[in-house]
Amino acid sequence: MMDGFGENLIMAFPFQGVDFVGFDSLLNDDERLSRDTARQFIEDNLIPVIEECNREGRFPRELVPQMGQLGFFGANLQGYGCAGMSNEEYGLVMQEFERGDSGVRSFVSVQSALVMYPIHAFGSEEQKDYWLPKMATGEKLGCFGLTEPDFGSNPGGMRTRADKSGDEYVLNGEKMWITSGTIADVSVVWARVYGDPDTKEGQVRGFLVENDRPGFSAYDVHGKWSLRASVTSGLSLQDVRVPAKNLLPKSDGLKSALSCLSQARYGIAWGAVGAAMSCYDTALRYSLLRKQFHDKPIASHQLVQDKLAWMITEISKAQLLVLQVGRLKDQNKAEFQHISMAKRNNVWMALECARLARDVLGANGITDDYPVMRHMMNLESVKTYEGTHDIHTLIIGQSVTGIPAY
Amino acid sequence: MKILVCIKQVPQKDAPLRLNEQGTWIRDDVSWETNEPDAYALEEALRQKEKHGGEVTALTAGPARAAQVLREALAKGADRAIHLEDDRFAQLDAGNTARAMAAAIAGENFDLIVTGLQSDDFGAAQTGVLLAEILGIPHATIIIGIEKAENGLKLKRELEAGHYQYIEMPMPAVLTIQSGINKLRYATLIGIKQAKTKPMRKVAWAEIEGKLSPHMQKIEKLYVPGSQKQTKKIEGPAAQAAKELVEYLKNEARAL
Repeated sequence: MMDGFGENLIMAFPFQGVDFVGFDSLLNDDERLSRDTARQFIEDNLIPVIEECNREGRFPRELVPQMGQLGFFGANLQGYGCAGMSNEEYGLVMQEFERGDSGVRSFVSVQSALVMYPIHAFGSEEQKDYWLPKMATGEKLGCFGLTEPDFGSNPGGMRTRADKSGDEYVLNGEKMWITSGTIADVSVVWARVYGDPDTKEGQVRGFLVENDRPGFSAYDVHGKWSLRASVTSGLSLQDVRVPAKNLLPKSDGLKSALSCLSQARYGIAWGAVGAAMSCYDTALRYSLLRKQFHDKPIASHQLVQDKLAWMITEISKAQLLVLQVGRLKDQNKAEFQHISMAKRNNVWMALECARLARDVLGANGITDDYPVMRHMMNLESVKTYEGTHDIHTLIIGQSVTGIPAY
Repeated sequence: MKILVCIKQVPQKDAPLRLNEQGTWIRDDVSWETNEPDAYALEEALRQKEKHGGEVTALTAGPARAAQVLREALAKGADRAIHLEDDRFAQLDAGNTARAMAAAIAGENFDLIVTGLQSDDFGAAQTGVLLAEILGIPHATIIIGIEKAENGLKLKRELEAGHYQYIEMPMPAVLTIQSGINKLRYATLIGIKQAKTKPMRKVAWAEIEGKLSPHMQKIEKLYVPGSQKQTKKIEGPAAQAAKELVEYLKNEARAL
């Protein structure tokens, strides 16, 4: 029965964070302050509109200028108007964004890790000077074109090509599942290069393609049951000519594209902790207020406590794992298998938390009076994108056995 | 304008509080935050600086953890900070807190000192007023509007029952600020990075101790009120029971 006894009062209390093992004591002042700024921003600006955005399938673009002003784009990059945060500070910001919504966090991840990062890492000075300051403020938005309709887990099979033609490259191909595709000003497009004396025939390299170039079109994917508050698109490139200076000069093979994904996956591993916190926090509060059997809160039931105990334990483990990967990353010692483990574990854990929290909330859990079902649907995408759960299993498997099993 | 903002670190609102073993205050293992009216005082100071130029200094008195509220103030735009750093500063009464702050800013000659009208934990609402008295400068309380005038300040005060008072006063002065006077800004991520490079002066207990007086106020005991639910059942015919109920409400419960 959907006879809420005012339980949704619980959503009126601001999110206070989840800390069972004294995790906060592992953070320094800057890390806490960065997290608190993001938490306050999300609480004030995203939480009041997110359920409506999710219902309508609307990206809350009105928040972009303030996100830029506060420094959330490219936050862990140095210079060019970026905040120069540590990897932990950046991660904690991602956590707070995804506590709000995975779709909005995805938007920030793409802008930061998949567009600004490759320009920062592989771009020319001219490209960096032009794009990064405008992207840091949110004046310009970007998207990342790697995945193709037929090549998801195996991007090495990509068909998109860039043929050198005088001082230009001519790009042809299709990209799919591209976050922010139709709202972006520029796309980082990965393509096989042909006919270029400076590039090995067929090597994958990155290009900056302004989205208003003739032959470029982007369209939205409709009918999504996930990440409804962010834009998901397909890109179509038909004889799109870009000047040679639009090549990312230091991009060198598929590994350049994959290094961007490592950046993004790291942020996702933190973000998933945020989504899990939101589900746990909702379930805990609900279970203390909702009364069944002898007028007692359902939190007094052993099976409900089992679910809460599982959630808080997994969240605590996930926090510690991703914090350690962040510390390694700051020392340039984080390897892709470390990031795979954090992404794989934390997203799985968050999805399980969402499902358990939905159980705790009973019928109320399926409505958007509570954030749980939205997180659950979002996390189904997060489990798949940026390397599926299973692909990360194989990465870890190869790392420990030395045997690739793809 | 040279502005000082006095900020207190208080337990986070809605944090679950537990009493310490002596039952004299709460346990220290809670989350802490900037006292809300002090956050508004800081915001007002930053706005005044943006309008009229000058500098904003943030000050707090408390243990090492209290540096967090200063870092936040610096990240939001304060220029420097003063930290009276010692566990013992957190246990002073309002009078001695004011004496300690006055001693720490001796020779600074601020044009304006702002602070929250009260703290979210003790709620004494005395520290700002006492600081003005010790410094020998005027003060005004519960401020909800500040404008710089030719020879001082034009202020709007919140009185009771929806009444306001408009006053003018000279500077230097101490103002205690009401929550809601403005809209708080966020610390930007770049601001958080820049805060590290801004000067923070630490003031030790030994530098201040001689300026303090015996405490006028001390918490003897704190306790959680016990549950006092009692049920009294009045039996008998309705007319008699009603008469008994009225007697009870009049004489015992004193509700009538």
